[in-house]
Amino acid sequence: MNETPRGPLGSLPPDPPLDPNEKLDIEALLDGLDRYRPRRRGWTWRERVPDQRIGEFVYHETSAPLERGVPLPAAHYFGDIDPQPDCVITTEIASGRPEDDVRRMRMAAWHGADHVMVIRTAGQSHIDGLLEGTPEGVGGIAITRKQLRLTRRALDLIEDEVGRPIDFHSYVSGVAWPEMAVLFAEEGVNGAHQDPQYNVLYRNINMYRSFVDAAVAKHIMAAAGILQIDGAHNANATAVRAWKVMPELLVQHAINCAYSEAVGMPKDRIALSTVPPDAPPAPCMRMDLPYAIALRDLFGEYKMRAQQNTRYMESDAREATVSHVMNLLVSRLTSADIQSTITPDEGRNVPWHYNNVAAVETAKQSLVGMDGLREMVRVDREAPELKARVREIKERAVLFLEGMLADGGYFAGVEDAYFVDSGEYPETHDDGIARQSDGGVASDTIVPRADDYLAPVCHHFGENHLPEGYRGRLHGENAPCELVDGCTICEDAKVPYIDELDPTDNVNERLAATAELRERGLIKPEVEWAGDGVVVVTMFLPAAADVAEAAALELGRAMSLTECEVIHKRVMHPAEGTLCELKGRLDVAIDLATLVIPEPPEVLSDEEIREFVAERELKVVAATVGNDEHSVGMREILDIKHGGLEKWGFSVEYLGTSVPIEKVLDAATEHAASAVLISTIITHGEIHRLMMQKLADLAAEKGVRNRLLLISGGTQVTDELACSWGMDAGFGRKTKGIDVASFIVRTMREREV
Amino acid sequence: MVRPDTYQEVRKRIAGLSDTELEAYFWELGRRCVDPLVELARTHTSPSIERSVLMRMGVDSLACQAVVAGCEKRGLLGHGAGHVVLVLMRAWDCDAPEAARRLAAGEGWEVAEAKWGGVR
Repeated sequence: MNETPRGPLGSLPPDPPLDPNEKLDIEALLDGLDRYRPRRRGWTWRERVPDQRIGEFVYHETSAPLERGVPLPAAHYFGDIDPQPDCVITTEIASGRPEDDVRRMRMAAWHGADHVMVIRTAGQSHIDGLLEGTPEGVGGIAITRKQLRLTRRALDLIEDEVGRPIDFHSYVSGVAWPEMAVLFAEEGVNGAHQDPQYNVLYRNINMYRSFVDAAVAKHIMAAAGILQIDGAHNANATAVRAWKVMPELLVQHAINCAYSEAVGMPKDRIALSTVPPDAPPAPCMRMDLPYAIALRDLFGEYKMRAQQNTRYMESDAREATVSHVMNLLVSRLTSADIQSTITPDEGRNVPWHYNNVAAVETAKQSLVGMDGLREMVRVDREAPELKARVREIKERAVLFLEGMLADGGYFAGVEDAYFVDSGEYPETHDDGIARQSDGGVASDTIVPRADDYLAPVCHHFGENHLPEGYRGRLHGENAPCELVDGCTICEDAKVPYIDELDPTDNVNERLAATAELRERGLIKPEVEWAGDGVVVVTMFLPAAADVAEAAALELGRAMSLTECEVIHKRVMHPAEGTLCELKGRLDVAIDLATLVIPEPPEVLSDEEIREFVAERELKVVAATVGNDEHSVGMREILDIKHGGLEKWGFSVEYLGTSVPIEKVLDAATEHAASAVLISTIITHGEIHRLMMQKLADLAAEKGVRNRLLLISGGTQVTDELACSWGMDAGFGRKTKGIDVASFIVRTMREREV
Repeated sequence: MVRPDTYQEVRKRIAGLSDTELEAYFWELGRRCVDPLVELARTHTSPSIERSVLMRMGVDSLACQAVVAGCEKRGLLGHGAGHVVLVLMRAWDCDAPEAARRLAAGEGWEVAEAKWGGVR
């Protein structure tokens, strides 16, 4: 990391490193923010490692590993490896409360996110000036100096904890973006959305004002090394038929790229926000791949920020995830410098904690799984349909630009509703977004710079009538800011700080409301904010959709949930039934002190077990009982190749599947076994309980109960249940041979004493 | 305007371009679109731009708002809000945040108006 020395104001002592077993201390992070200064500025990429050996595998498209993180769920089959893809992975977190955002950022970072984006609260883009303090946001967060400092300070600690730099990102748009750009430069924000077209089309901010402001904002961002992401993907999310806007997307990217470069931004700090425009049931791969290729042909010198499709997302998280995996395939077949993620619940609510993690895991899982794929599966550039379509998209984009220039240029084009039309140019349906050059928010607010216009600061774009000798150090002259004894970009100590302006709407008031939870260690469910109490219940109801929804709400009330809402339903069959996901609020907090947490069983050393088993020549008899043909789980506990009991010298007699209990006990007697292992699955009719009880009863009847250890296992077996039904132990999911071996040896040793 | 898809017809004049020529032409058109926008930005300013100048001079957001509003009211924005503050820094022999605070409190505007002749 390129560390910037802290300015004279940065007299804050370094924060102690995070303890992975302790929660973030929000109060400590808030203390001294007036003196917090960012330790790094500008964007950081992942460190790519070609041909990297991780565990048993060699990867072709990965980056330096994390020091701490949570690997994919299946990783325990692969030695707990956690390969990190080569591209930066983005997560968008903005719950409206910075104190909750930072906790979620920590979770996302552990799962592989290293680009954290905060969306602004609704309406902030129309505020002509900066906000201060920590007011609560709606659908996003109030971006303020205090919020940025709190977040960046937490991210400093989090990036040290996971061992990889985290880029922090927000939006430089709206009517106050030159100020936002200065704020971001001062506070060490690493990336930002900046695209005046976004202002014009989607925020209805006056077009002259938007472009005039954007030039100054971009120039400042360039000085601070901030990576810029454009806003073209919004045309996808807005157009009636998103697959028709491909030529226009190229035009929007070109306008922002060309404009950014013209005002001083280097190409390697300009990233295109690109989305595969389509989703199934359209044959989306065949439609989106030519577009992705045309884009990369034309914009090969810029960075690609691959975003996921949101246009067709509704409440079905499964459907969204599959579409996103297809988007990731496009990224792997073409290229992505940044892989953005969209939470699978974005279609139904402001994203929840675990859905940020889910989206990041979808990206990590897919990108790692497709590592090196393009070396074997290459896009056939000569395939007739692909070749023709790539050319056609480019030609249509050229015709769009020609048409707009012939009609008077960009501003005239926007007035004529050239953009976000549902026809594929030159086809038009006259349903695009039209904005008037003298209309929109903040119209008539730009002013010509006078002959003596002067801005006595550095990195200022445009005409600036500085006195003789003040063009700047690059020109061997005085920096412009020497006229005013330095500017904040050159001298960090000049950056001012305002804490809070609103005595009631701020982080301290919100923390006071949840202080009891933290002080007493109470545990309350949450999805967004500490103590929000929100839970989701998934239920299948044997009823038509409308009936099922009403029934689900009633059931939620019966479960003592308040503010019940069906957030997703899916017809299984018009008459047979409907799947419902019900959200509700559960106003219950659990006191940690009242919980009994079972101690994890201690495992013995290999030598200890081997010695004990060898001395006694221990034998075990095992079987899958009941009418059950599953043998995989039991095999993993027994077989030497899976690290099962045989590994330590146990003599193992496996009787097979669907074995009657009588036969199991007869075999135990015959082989003089010390332990009997039975495997059952949880079935209807409680067969698993009956089998365990029968084994215990029959063993007692035959007079062998005391010299046999009776052990039962299965995916849903618990030790508590098994013991209550007469077993000596029960083992559930994720049990390893070592757990069972340790139990046998430990128990036999205790009984021998 | 509603227009059917005339692509096959209008593409004829660019159909002969090689891929490389087509891509170069795309960028030539893109730059032609932005040239006048860059010129507009180079020669104009806005309240937010002027506040961003004051911010860089170390002025806090509340004073930035007040000073730029004062400049707008008096038609001084085109000379630069930073310019106005600079004039008062010299008149009062103080730093930029102090000059901005005093301007925000309503002091010193007569000095600026005297310099620029009470524009409005």
